[in-house]
Amino acid sequence: MITGKTTLLHYLSFSRPVAAHQPWPRFVLDEAAWRGLVAELAVEDWDVLGLWADGNEIHCALRDEETGEIAVASHSCTDRRFASLSQVRPGVLRLERAVADLYGLQAAGNPDGRPWLDHGRWGVTHPLALARRPPPPAPYAYSFLPVEGEGLHQIPVGPVHAGIIEPGHFRFHCAGETVVRLEERLGWVHRGLEGALIGKPVAQAAKLVGRVSGDSTVAYAIAFARAVEAASGAEAPARAHWLRALMAELERIANHIFDFGAICNDAAFALMLGECSVLREEILRICESCFGHRLMMDAVVPGGVACDLTAEGAALLQDMLARLRPRFEELVELYDNSPSLLDRTVGTGVCTPALARQFGATGFVGRASGRAVDARRLPGYPPYDQMELPVPVRQDGDVNARIWIRIEEIRASLDLIGRILSQMPPGPLHTPIPTRGGEGMALVEGFRGEILVWVRLSQVGRIVRCHPRDPSWFQWPLLEAAIEGNIVADFPLCNKSFNCSYAGVDL
Amino acid sequence: MSLLKILARDLFSRRRTETPPPVDGETLQQLAARLGETARLSLGRSLSIREVDAGSCNGCELEIHALNNPVYQLERYGLRFVASPRHADVLLVTGPVALNMAEALKRTYDATPAPKWVVAAGDCACNGGLFAGSYACLGGADRILPVDIAIPGCPPSPRALLSGLLTLLEHVAVR
Repeated sequence: MITGKTTLLHYLSFSRPVAAHQPWPRFVLDEAAWRGLVAELAVEDWDVLGLWADGNEIHCALRDEETGEIAVASHSCTDRRFASLSQVRPGVLRLERAVADLYGLQAAGNPDGRPWLDHGRWGVTHPLALARRPPPPAPYAYSFLPVEGEGLHQIPVGPVHAGIIEPGHFRFHCAGETVVRLEERLGWVHRGLEGALIGKPVAQAAKLVGRVSGDSTVAYAIAFARAVEAASGAEAPARAHWLRALMAELERIANHIFDFGAICNDAAFALMLGECSVLREEILRICESCFGHRLMMDAVVPGGVACDLTAEGAALLQDMLARLRPRFEELVELYDNSPSLLDRTVGTGVCTPALARQFGATGFVGRASGRAVDARRLPGYPPYDQMELPVPVRQDGDVNARIWIRIEEIRASLDLIGRILSQMPPGPLHTPIPTRGGEGMALVEGFRGEILVWVRLSQVGRIVRCHPRDPSWFQWPLLEAAIEGNIVADFPLCNKSFNCSYAGVDL
Repeated sequence: MSLLKILARDLFSRRRTETPPPVDGETLQQLAARLGETARLSLGRSLSIREVDAGSCNGCELEIHALNNPVYQLERYGLRFVASPRHADVLLVTGPVALNMAEALKRTYDATPAPKWVVAAGDCACNGGLFAGSYACLGGADRILPVDIAIPGCPPSPRALLSGLLTLLEHVAVR
């Protein structure tokens, strides 16, 4: 009986656990238990953290909001179909469409049967399915959602946009200046990343996962490394954890500062972008001096980190902290005292807390709309478990709120870097990954939000299946909701305030 | 601090803009040999660039964005990014050319008026990079467009990008 008081692990404990899944358990659900899970989700506060396929099996990562329990529920599809979760967790809808495109597993009950990643151009259907099928003979067609009413017009934008930005197609239906509906069509930069990962040795796979979304390369590399370490039973040395956190916070600040400038620029306040892009450039140069790469790509590896922080590097970072703080605070003050700018950001592009919760949004999108979720705190991972970490939250959910969350996070990250520099223990940087099979999962807080990486290793230490899930999966749909009722001219502003990754979800 | 104070300080403080990197002599010679003198036009030492992401991880875009910051300040060389291919002289292509983007890239090229040049930026656009051989990628910009300059790197640094673009400018402009 469904009472709304079951814990996640209690529900799953009636199904068969899988032995080699770390650090959280995985259970194999039969048809009835999977359907029961859909029913439980309707009443329980369980977040769906991700949904991906693997052969004929479907996996779903879940978190019980109340108890903090995390687990993976798996279900072997009969007849290549499984009961859809999209009716109870709408954020999963596009993940299920992607599963259908890549694996040919159909989500029964998903109201949207259209393809998502498959644009009819690969020459194969279901490229990752156990048995590939030839392309369908019928010409590929994609119909956008209809909008009916008097005086409505359509504005199709993209995939090639006006700026230096990733490709995506936006279909606006407008009544005069006001957006009645925005429909996103993504998938343009699908590179076949999950397919390319299959069979790769761990070291090569790490490079690929570091390029799921280039702006989050450190966070992805940490997530992949942690998943591989969990699967193989390796433990990275203490100093490596601290260096990873140092790089992750530098990445967060560099991205947030640029976003802060770029959002203001989209409200025609160009000076902020100029100032912020200089700060970003200074940070990237210090990253290059310390870790050998401006974006710190491939600096985090499974088992630890690839390079150490020298005494000169630490001095550069201390110097950066001292110079960056006052200059950043100046810009915050300027933002807060520019009514013409606030006029554009306050009350624009509102995402309600109810929607953010329904879609399981994390990162600044979730935190600007009432969700105090941060993977560094829950489930937590070293070295953050040894530090106090403020998680800023607002309820207003507009462009202004998303700017303020970023401002607060920049301040917090600057503090964290200072503490990391003073508390980081000496010691080795790397531990070898033992060659053995297993399954592992990791949750890591990137600058956009919670990144999930799941991995299964073969006995010879190669990738059998790896799924990286970007936080943007649960943020893109909210942009469609946030722009409704706003004017078309505010779309760039709203879009930049969300700053969702295209490459991260197109894979 | 008020807007005016920040503006005044920027105006009287040390200039942030840096000196340009040297142009690549070898690439310049290769360009001259391939394109010939006839392709040179009097564009007044100015080129308009349309950036097209054809499957990049967005790392290249971050560094291309940096070209617009006050440190590199692309526009002082007469190089600028434009919103439409119809205003462009140069297509700056990133990514391994995802099959889903191939037609959009080709159409963007076709919409660019001649004479036009194609610059492949980043390892992916040069030869497919880590995605060479994927079912979803062509494996490089030269599989679909005539590439004039390739700028390797993952991603190429702003200085490397600038050097490549200045080499093209040096070739195109009549001295």
